Amino acid sequence: MSSDAPASTTPTTARAIVAGHGDFAAGLVSAVDQITGRGAQLIPVSVAKLSVEDIEALLRSRMQETNVRVIFTDLQAGSCTMASRRILRGMDDAVLIAGTNLPTLLDFVFADSRTPPDAARHAAERGRAAITVHGAGA
Amino acid sequence: MTLELYRIDDRLIHGQVVVGWGQPLDIAFIVLVDDTVATSDWEQELYRMGVPPEMDLYFHTTDDAIKQIPRYRADPRRGLLLTGDIDTMRKLVDGGAGITSVNVGGIHFRAGRTQRLRYVFLTPDEETALRELDARGAGVTAQDVPGARPITLSDMLAGDELE
Repeated sequence: MSSDAPASTTPTTARAIVAGHGDFAAGLVSAVDQITGRGAQLIPVSVAKLSVEDIEALLRSRMQETNVRVIFTDLQAGSCTMASRRILRGMDDAVLIAGTNLPTLLDFVFADSRTPPDAARHAAERGRAAITVHGAGA
Repeated sequence: MTLELYRIDDRLIHGQVVVGWGQPLDIAFIVLVDDTVATSDWEQELYRMGVPPEMDLYFHTTDDAIKQIPRYRADPRRGLLLTGDIDTMRKLVDGGAGITSVNVGGIHFRAGRTQRLRYVFLTPDEETALRELDARGAGVTAQDVPGARPITLSDMLAGDELE
């Protein structure tokens, strides 16, 4: 790299956890990284075979290790969402986004001028608006 | 209709229950039997937010559930009864709730438990409790989602189905 080259502005510090069923987290984070190169902002957490108590302990541990205060989950009724809501009960500065999709995470990783909780709220709105229907009379 | 499924699942309300079973069985209500949840407004609110608005969720202690199950069986809608552990289901069966089949949907790892299926880990006492349930006419099978093959208790305890 020459000395005139702009410094990279791609954040590499983890800013959020992604958790859900099956390979949901790894798949979405992989997709974010492929599209933006910013996948390092997201920590994928797999919870297969874990009890609700262990899911809660795992997510809490990841949050403490990384000082992350944002969790993205897949399903409102999912175990990761339930566990996250228990964690948030004693953590006023944390945010949970349930129903996460790829547009949500793409918006989040580019909103690095905002605080992570603020970026998460903004990303949730963007993800909600990104669902469209085409064809068959739509 | 009736209570379509009596399920033991330590995650209680979660995706497999609400979506995996709820949609194909057209489940309109869930009866959640748990002594802790039934006495905690916060826990109940937590689980209520996990079900879609068109699905009703009722909470009962074990003793209360034994009395209420006939009423739920007479409900014109389809329902699902859920406990978080084997002991609670055994109390319902012992209490004369008339349960003739029990679905083991998820009992996850904890110290002292041995893995029997991908989603079932049991202590020796829990294995005995399942055998007793089965012997009392509450046929026990394991099946995490409707599309999976039901696994008999003997196959479950043999651990032959482990992937």
